[in-house]
Amino acid sequence: MNSFLKLIFQLFFVLIFSNPLYASESNNLEKVLNNNFKLIIKSSSRTIEPVIEDLLSTKSPNLEEFLKSWRNKELYYVKKSKLIAILKQKNSNGYELLQFSNKTSLGFFKKKEIKVIKPNSGVRSKISNALIGFQLLNDDPKVRSKSLETLTRKFNSKYLIPLKNALEKENNPDLKKRMSELLVFGTIKYSQNEDEKISSLNSLRGNMSIEARGTIASLLESKLYVSNKMPNLPNLARNIIPGNSYKNADGSSNKPFFYFNKKPEISRSEAIDLLIKNNFLKDYITPSRRDEILKQNISNSHIEGIPVKQLNSSEERNNAYNLLVKSGKAIPLKSDKEIDDLIKGHFFYAVYKEKSPKVINTAKLVFNDINYKVNFYEYLDLILDGLSLASIYFLGAIGLAITFGVMRVINMAHGEFIMIGAYTGYVVQLFIPNHTISLLVAFPLAFLVTFLGGVAMERLVIRHLYRNPLDTLLATFGISIALQQIAKNIFGTQARPLTSPEWLDGALVVNDVLSISLIRIAIFVLGLIFLVLLLLVMNKTRLGLETKAVTQNPMMASSMGINPDRINMLTFGFGSGIAGIAGVAIGLFSKVTSELGADYIVQSFMTVVVGGVGNIWGTLAGATMIGMLQKFIEWFNPSNTLAAQTYMIIFIILFIQFRPKGIMALKGRAAED
Amino acid sequence: MKKDFLSHIDKRNSFFWVSSIVILFTLIIILLSEAYGLNLVSTSFTKVLGKTLCLCIVALAMDLVWGYCGILSLGHFAFFGLGGYMIGMWLMFERTKNIVVESTQNNVLPLTEIEISEAVGTQIFGVVGGAEIPLIWSFADSLLIHVVLILLVPGVLAYIFGWLAFRSRVTGVYLSILTQAMTLALSLYLFQNDSGLRGNNGLSGLQNIPNLDDFSQAELSIWFLVLSALTLIFTYYVCNLIVNSKLGNIITGIRDNETRVRFLGYKVESYKLFIFVITAIISGVAGALYYPQAGIINPAELAPIASIYLAVWVAIGGRGYLYGALIGAAFVSLASSYFTGGQIPNINFGVFTLKWVDWWVVILGLSFVITTLYAPKGIGGLIERIFRRN
Repeated sequence: MNSFLKLIFQLFFVLIFSNPLYASESNNLEKVLNNNFKLIIKSSSRTIEPVIEDLLSTKSPNLEEFLKSWRNKELYYVKKSKLIAILKQKNSNGYELLQFSNKTSLGFFKKKEIKVIKPNSGVRSKISNALIGFQLLNDDPKVRSKSLETLTRKFNSKYLIPLKNALEKENNPDLKKRMSELLVFGTIKYSQNEDEKISSLNSLRGNMSIEARGTIASLLESKLYVSNKMPNLPNLARNIIPGNSYKNADGSSNKPFFYFNKKPEISRSEAIDLLIKNNFLKDYITPSRRDEILKQNISNSHIEGIPVKQLNSSEERNNAYNLLVKSGKAIPLKSDKEIDDLIKGHFFYAVYKEKSPKVINTAKLVFNDINYKVNFYEYLDLILDGLSLASIYFLGAIGLAITFGVMRVINMAHGEFIMIGAYTGYVVQLFIPNHTISLLVAFPLAFLVTFLGGVAMERLVIRHLYRNPLDTLLATFGISIALQQIAKNIFGTQARPLTSPEWLDGALVVNDVLSISLIRIAIFVLGLIFLVLLLLVMNKTRLGLETKAVTQNPMMASSMGINPDRINMLTFGFGSGIAGIAGVAIGLFSKVTSELGADYIVQSFMTVVVGGVGNIWGTLAGATMIGMLQKFIEWFNPSNTLAAQTYMIIFIILFIQFRPKGIMALKGRAAED
Repeated sequence: MKKDFLSHIDKRNSFFWVSSIVILFTLIIILLSEAYGLNLVSTSFTKVLGKTLCLCIVALAMDLVWGYCGILSLGHFAFFGLGGYMIGMWLMFERTKNIVVESTQNNVLPLTEIEISEAVGTQIFGVVGGAEIPLIWSFADSLLIHVVLILLVPGVLAYIFGWLAFRSRVTGVYLSILTQAMTLALSLYLFQNDSGLRGNNGLSGLQNIPNLDDFSQAELSIWFLVLSALTLIFTYYVCNLIVNSKLGNIITGIRDNETRVRFLGYKVESYKLFIFVITAIISGVAGALYYPQAGIINPAELAPIASIYLAVWVAIGGRGYLYGALIGAAFVSLASSYFTGGQIPNINFGVFTLKWVDWWVVILGLSFVITTLYAPKGIGGLIERIFRRN
């Protein structure tokens, strides 16, 4: 029964493939197989390429199947007749093989008579590459998508046409978009057709993706050459004067920007190397070669009568070497002047790899266009970066704006309240695994803990020192280092994680250049909330009014029935509590260590002082200025945050010279110390 | 009248007492030392004592600028560190150069100047990924120039900073914050690798004095102890001279009521600037003596917290008493190294073991609080009270 079915099947196949139209093409495949028999059965990745090309050129309908079976090691060959075939079945009669192109049986063979074709991994990958063209036309969109991915990784000129064909037939919009993108990049890189290239380039106008920029930049790559004639090439990139900053082809020079210490494109020694490489400079003795020759000619610790001990300068060595030259033991040195003249007498220039000037010009135009747009978004990104840093500084400084700004108490332990807030957040997370809920618990709890801490500190220490702010500084410093050490003793020195909820993990992606992480937005929003809260408390509540009264004139305030002790205590507690909340927020994006607060304390004081003491708007202005400034300085000298901080602090010190009372100085009675 | 006269005499006498105690102390240490005496005091302990003397010098400077002139500078330890860096550059460069020359003694060709400086550059700046010697090391082979720089660099920095700050009449806590910012800026600057001073690696191997390889560390430690002691005595003499002169009266006046002194016609800014600069120079000298004994300097030493500690020593010792500053610095720094050295057995309370290494800083911090609250005049004030009673 089973064999009967198979027979019908076989007949069916024979009927289909013996169709004359197919037959001619199938025969084609057989012919190629026959011609390349040796290369196929003993294939190496180096020799297989032309075979695959030939196979592809047959356009046989079984080609895909053939390539697949080849890759999957399912092909056999008959040793005697040198036929390549596929296994049909294996039974007591031996192995039955089918001819590949028309699926006719070749009969049964013994195991000895046939052999399986085993392509090695290099060949298999070549075959897979060839298969991509077929896979792009596969009915399953998943297969198409996957093969497109592979293609993106190893694109070359061969795939341009299959990709174009596939693109025409593609109906999945997503895949179509990806294919056309790839086709554009591929055309720019590999196409020989000028117009095609130019139209592809133009289609990239305004595309800020890294691939687009990379592709165009690769088109604008140039190579260095040296020649003794004035170069006259259509794709000349620029002339170069060794040791100087370089000149463009149109004669304009790229002067180094004062800040970046731009090195010349090629230095003198690189120019010499280039000259030697191109045979314009022969018999050049480099200093190390000179020394080598000197060493070879030492006899009895003398060289030509000069004691070796004397040769401790370049001139002495040259002298000794020249003596060797005189006695014919070495070839003469080239003097610096000779070399300089040689360099001056030659033209150094860079040439684009791309030949067509039209394409180069289009590429330049499109590249400038893209860069213009990229620059715009980079500036925007910089400003947003600055704003987010500003909101961090604002969070760090806002508690100080009350304790230092309004009450004029120097609290060096302010940073430790931030730290305590962050650790509170960490401890809450230990008990409540859900990060959103734990955060909602941590905020009020951190406020409570640091509020109580602040009240205790005010009652026990600060109250006694209101008359002497410098003593307050010392005493609170003592508290600060004690608290830091206690935190270290409890939580250890390693950083503790304070994880933000998942919904804060992502980023708001605007385009390829600009993306803002959600946590930064959250910090920014939190800063705004604090600002509003603080303004409301200070301006609209009785506590705010009484605080101002007490700080401006405690005697008068107390005679109006306000208890200054109570108000001072509450205000200090409030400021500390806000530091605690800020600590939770700061802990979300930086590591929670015992030094967390100490990292912020100096900047926080600077923020308050620069902004103007006693003014919440001033703190905002100070934080904005410091944050922005730091990011802008970093932008001038990227990868060097430390230097940026240094310059920023120096700037602030200078700024205070000109506005000692800060950006927003208090006026009138409140300004009197 | 009689009381005034007495206190005048007291102050003069303090120099006599301090210098004799320091000399006596140094002599005793030499007598007990490993190199020249009975071998009862180890070299490392001699170094600790020598370093303590240097800390006393910088505490004197701090007392002068804060206790007498009322400027709470949180930057004097930065000047101290700068002095250390200045001497450290010479020590490190010269020693590396000697090593390079020595190790290439057997080369066929003697090295040229350029080859030497290349080799030294790779040796010193290899850790920060450089090989070239930065411009600021131009004079690193000259001890004389670097000794001048020890005075000049902190002095000029203090002059520029002080001129800016005093001119715009930044006073009190604002000035403290500003000096702290300066210190932070300096230490951050030094922390970066391309500062030319080896970034956070700092300068090391400073205990090896070039050209003095024949002498053991034991001998060198005694020399530095003596040098530190002599410098301390000299500094004390100078400071004593300043505070007992008319200048001293004016700066004390500035401390107590700056506006009134200004109205009396004195140029307050110039007086403050003078004191600020002279104390910065003293700090630099102290640092230059300290770090060859410590052996290593890195930017962490200049961090703002070190300057605050300095203020705390002076506060505990007693502001406005020169000898108080000495006692404070010596007492706190020696106690710190004693308690954090791990030599003291932990105290077991059953549920809780008090590890001194862990809890010493807490105790220290709280003792600052108690001192400021209950003994604002520090140990010096206590001594004064006893002395007066007699």
